[in-house]
Amino acid sequence: MADYKMHILVCGGTGCRASQSDKIVETFKTELEMHGLDDEVKVVATGCFGFCEKGPIVKIIPDNTFYVQAGVVDVKDIVEEHIIKGRPLKRLLYHDPATKSQVTDTAHIDFYKKQVRIALRNCGFINPENIEEYIARDGYAALGSVLEMKPSEATQMVKDSGLRGRGGGGFPTGLKWEITAKEKSDQKYVVCNADEGDPGAFMDRSILEGDPHSVIEAMAICGYCIGAGKGLVYIRAEYPLAINRLKIALNQAREFGLLGNDILGSGFDFDIDIRYGAGAFVCGEETALIHSMEGYRGEPTVKPPFPSVSGYLGKPTNVNNVETFANIPVIFNKGVEWFKSIGTENSRGTKVFALAGKVNNVGLIEVPMGITLREVIFDIGGGIRGGKKFKAVQTGGPSGGCLTEQHLDTPIDYDNLIAVGSMMGSGGMIVMDEDDCMVSIAKFYLEFTLDESCGKCTPCRIGNKRLHEILVKITSGNGIEEDIERLRVLGNVIKETSLCGLGQTSPNPVLSTLDNFYDEYLAHVNDKKCPAGQCKDLVHYEINANACTGCTLCFRNCPVGAISGEKKMPHYIDQSLCIKCGVCFEKCRFKAISIV
Amino acid sequence: MPKVKLSEYATNTVKEVCASFNNSEGELINVLHQVQQKLGYLPAEVQELVAKELNMSAAKVYGVVTFYSFFTMVPQGENPISICMGTACYVRGAEQVLDEFKRQLKIEVGETTTDGKFSLSALRCVGACGLAPVVMVGEKVHGRVAPTDVRKIISECKDGCLT
Repeated sequence: MADYKMHILVCGGTGCRASQSDKIVETFKTELEMHGLDDEVKVVATGCFGFCEKGPIVKIIPDNTFYVQAGVVDVKDIVEEHIIKGRPLKRLLYHDPATKSQVTDTAHIDFYKKQVRIALRNCGFINPENIEEYIARDGYAALGSVLEMKPSEATQMVKDSGLRGRGGGGFPTGLKWEITAKEKSDQKYVVCNADEGDPGAFMDRSILEGDPHSVIEAMAICGYCIGAGKGLVYIRAEYPLAINRLKIALNQAREFGLLGNDILGSGFDFDIDIRYGAGAFVCGEETALIHSMEGYRGEPTVKPPFPSVSGYLGKPTNVNNVETFANIPVIFNKGVEWFKSIGTENSRGTKVFALAGKVNNVGLIEVPMGITLREVIFDIGGGIRGGKKFKAVQTGGPSGGCLTEQHLDTPIDYDNLIAVGSMMGSGGMIVMDEDDCMVSIAKFYLEFTLDESCGKCTPCRIGNKRLHEILVKITSGNGIEEDIERLRVLGNVIKETSLCGLGQTSPNPVLSTLDNFYDEYLAHVNDKKCPAGQCKDLVHYEINANACTGCTLCFRNCPVGAISGEKKMPHYIDQSLCIKCGVCFEKCRFKAISIV
Repeated sequence: MPKVKLSEYATNTVKEVCASFNNSEGELINVLHQVQQKLGYLPAEVQELVAKELNMSAAKVYGVVTFYSFFTMVPQGENPISICMGTACYVRGAEQVLDEFKRQLKIEVGETTTDGKFSLSALRCVGACGLAPVVMVGEKVHGRVAPTDVRKIISECKDGCLT
């Protein structure tokens, strides 16, 4: 970033691109050209800034001004006011809801204050399509220093750092490398698992979109440590932008001699290929992933043998996830002690979470292990939307569990989350408020598991189907009290007898909601009521004639014409026509409609 | 499924794709990706031809096609509508939006309208959770969709079709 006086960074992550951030980049370029400023100001499309709630994000460097919810129409003003006249454009600054003041830079935004960025260190700072920007931020320095060490020394450093697998299991990364390194074989493989399947997690994609070189560098380091000459990235075909940026990055790394034969004159040969996933959650499991890469159905097989011994094409294979790899270069650049100083005793470093659901600040965050759920949800996440009451937070995706108010002060790390009945998982974190029915949430996750079960083992294939049937029965008002016990017994059998991680964890959302929200199950079963008012078969909408002003808003918005009434007179819902979509309830400005 | 005769174009496309992967059995998934990209979907006849070219059983090809949700055996509508059913969208009301699409288009998830204009699918997390609930029509992303927006999205597509 030497020759330019100013840089305009525009978020080019998927979330912001969905709000036309690519057009913002183009418009900036034309606008700057018009003013003859294109030699002095550079526009960069970066990776995800993380603050997706307020996207599209535009950041001006060097003064670090942070603009939120910028649109194509704002570009002209930013250039004329900020770039030319040097005055920040007030209307696009972040508005702090607590202090009611405007904040100009990220250092003073609550969303960023408690974050520590290791895996996401370059996302939102560099142009992911330019290797030189990565190199300028210590990129490939770690590879250079590792190539001067013995493989065993470098592996020991990863081991000492205490880094654990960020894909969900939390297996010590260095140990995995060591096991694979010890195997004797003519060919070994390094596999990067980028088959992010948790519905509600997008950290791996953001890393590949925002900083693909960190993964490439780490894979090469891993290859050197375990004695592999070949790397493979298994990525979802649904991630076109990430695939494209990864391809560009691979080509640039080859041009710079950082992949290929005799890397940096060390005699070490390594190259990386891409393999495409085709939408199967179970392929996040190592053995299933390997079968899929070989062109078969992605069904898991019994371990042992572990991939470290017999993996891709029967050769020793080391599988790590994207976020795990993204941590590796930093460990070598900043040292084992530095890395160990962050986090907790048994969970070192940071974890990236996709914070979503009913919080004010939805986005991608990276926090040190040991931070509490309360800090994440209320300080970083800015609390619950619309002033509603916090009810639960779901971590670990379809394999995890729902935690409640009483767990809010639990420090987040691998072991603590398991102890309270959830898990770290890949990092989905969905916040729920008083309007969410926990039985429905359990059913939602079960539907996902049913879709995604590969069908190979009976407990998962049939057991989950039965679990789901019982939940449907309960949410439709036909449950009996014995059903609740059946859920628990069946859930535990599935956990104990399934073949792979998918089945072994699939009942978790059911079991954890049973533990934490037993009363809600009872209300569905005994009183035939849904306390959150979400289960359609158990609720109906009514208009309170005293509160209704006859404004006709509900009447005009009802999609099925179930509401009738004269202007300025109380309205009425025809229950036989009502489809319980809830539109009238949301639209009513006088709180005249209630869920009964 | 009624038997369709593959056009010469389709036959050649399949053969070319298979050849570009050296007709190797291990490349099956890559072959299917490219064939689907070029032909839009993977009907039984295409699968049979792929099996023949890669020298493997049609059952194996069918097994793979039906295993992965990305592969489809029915043609998509002119406006493929996908509703994100990731958790973040779900808790912000994606199910109500999906119900409204089903009601207005009179089709279920995985189906295409009889005029071939719309198809409906549910997908898992687009990664634009800040915009939840999210609906995608082709490549276009609609964010913060409420059931009341459904009619507008459908009519926008219809207008698009006419022009």
